[in-house]
Amino acid sequence: MGMIKKIINWSRLKSPWILHFNTGACNACDIEIIAALTPRYDLERFGVILKGTPRHADVLVCSGPVTRQIEDRLIRIYEQMAEPKFVVAVGTCACTGGVFGGCYNVKGGINSAIPVSAYIPGCPASPKAIIDGVVKLLKSLEESETKAAPAK
Amino acid sequence: MHNSKEFKIPIGPQHPALKEPESFSVALRGEKILGVDIRLGYNHRGIEKACEERSYVQDIYLIERICGICSHAHATAFIQAVEEIAHLAVPERALYIRTLVGELERVHSHLLWLGVAGHEIGFDTLLMYTWRDREIVMDILADLTGNRVNYGINSIGGVRRDISPAQVKDVLKAVDKLEERTKYYIEVATEETTIIKRLSGVGVLAYDDAIKLDAVGPTARASGVARDVRRDDPYAAYDKIQFNVITDTHSDVYGRTVVRVKELMESYGMIREILKKMPEGPIAIKAPPRRIPAGEAISRYEAPRGEDVHYVKSNGTEKPERVKVRAPTLANVQAVKHMLKDRFLADMPIVIAAIDPCFSCTDRSIAIEDGKSRKKNVMTWQELHDYSIKWHRERGFDPAEINRKFHKTMEGK
Repeated sequence: MGMIKKIINWSRLKSPWILHFNTGACNACDIEIIAALTPRYDLERFGVILKGTPRHADVLVCSGPVTRQIEDRLIRIYEQMAEPKFVVAVGTCACTGGVFGGCYNVKGGINSAIPVSAYIPGCPASPKAIIDGVVKLLKSLEESETKAAPAK
Repeated sequence: MHNSKEFKIPIGPQHPALKEPESFSVALRGEKILGVDIRLGYNHRGIEKACEERSYVQDIYLIERICGICSHAHATAFIQAVEEIAHLAVPERALYIRTLVGELERVHSHLLWLGVAGHEIGFDTLLMYTWRDREIVMDILADLTGNRVNYGINSIGGVRRDISPAQVKDVLKAVDKLEERTKYYIEVATEETTIIKRLSGVGVLAYDDAIKLDAVGPTARASGVARDVRRDDPYAAYDKIQFNVITDTHSDVYGRTVVRVKELMESYGMIREILKKMPEGPIAIKAPPRRIPAGEAISRYEAPRGEDVHYVKSNGTEKPERVKVRAPTLANVQAVKHMLKDRFLADMPIVIAAIDPCFSCTDRSIAIEDGKSRKKNVMTWQELHDYSIKWHRERGFDPAEINRKFHKTMEGK
């Protein structure tokens, strides 16, 4: 069993498929996430690939503060993802609400709706910071290899 | 199989073809689109209201984050209105720097769009190519302003950073490289058979419809409407710079592609001219006011997506009384409905992408209208009052009864 678990974990670390979801961002973090996936920065060299559906994704990459209207959708998408799942909050808004803190339609950071595994600050987070965050997340997964449940 | 049957499919707010959370309800017969309902609001954050609670300086940063792609457009439009109210004379050099950043932003936005359009028609190579070349202009923007996306270069009465001669050299070098690449894209867009066949005749918006539906920016210009705020109502340093308003008569997605790649070439010429003509001098006025005198102003700005309108009303304090934003996508979104009618569902992603939509600019809170009775779900004060009395009465609490008792005790005294 231990061997199989090891193989599963290894393959998971080598191919973290991501789903990008804009929860009310200003598009700045979104274009930086796409920039991180395109040739100059090329996240694909870490096996990261952008998928279109939550059912294929291991990592949910969220940008922007959680607006009141999107909240239900965000929770629904999170629930549709298969275990183990991780959430990365990209940008200051996704971390805390940022400049939109206090707006009447904004609830706050991503963690006000769903649990978050990694926070990448910056307004917007630069592609370099995004790569750094993703690599750190992968490393922390490697370290917590023996633990069955993902860190909340 | 479903040729005779009518059905509705929801697209969004999370959908592989959409980059932003937006919801479309598409009525179909077979593959043909009968009608599209657009539901806005997933991205609504309440920025206009938030502006009223922040000072003008804070508002610049907030307004920049209406949209990350045309952030300079929004910030400049807002600041122009504020400066008009306060009668501030902005130094020439600052105006040139604003124009320079504005044109660099247009270059980055149009390259971005070209990649996204390529992606939507399954031409991912184009996405990778353009986004690779886009990094050149991103480097320049980061070098000039300190940030890759939300530049923060504007301040009330000027700009925050000056341009050194070394930077001018870097910009010129980058522009040369970009121009060479763009020539290749023009070749791809105008000669590549797959692109021409996929985009021609898709999302047609005739000249009359473009005028009637009030399309703006490249969407209008691709339908032959020569509408450009930079020429019609020059702001910043545009009245001192030579450029052509690019129009096209194809009126379809192909025309919009051609307009954008040709506008890139215009922008390169403008950037060179700005750098050549840029006068020496201060980059901002000394001691910009914190309080803006009472007044109101409307400011127009040609964002990469079209005309951006900002309205600012001040009341003599440090905070504006009202800020209203009309982003270009809101003007174009009606045209999308028209373009999609009787077209195939498969054309939907590229037709939506062709106006270069920015829903974070556009999203407003909306009143929901009942489709059948045409009744708006907005309550008048009287209705709300009656409803609250009814609501309390149903729960065994009658405010009218209490009022009566209260009056009785008062009279008894």
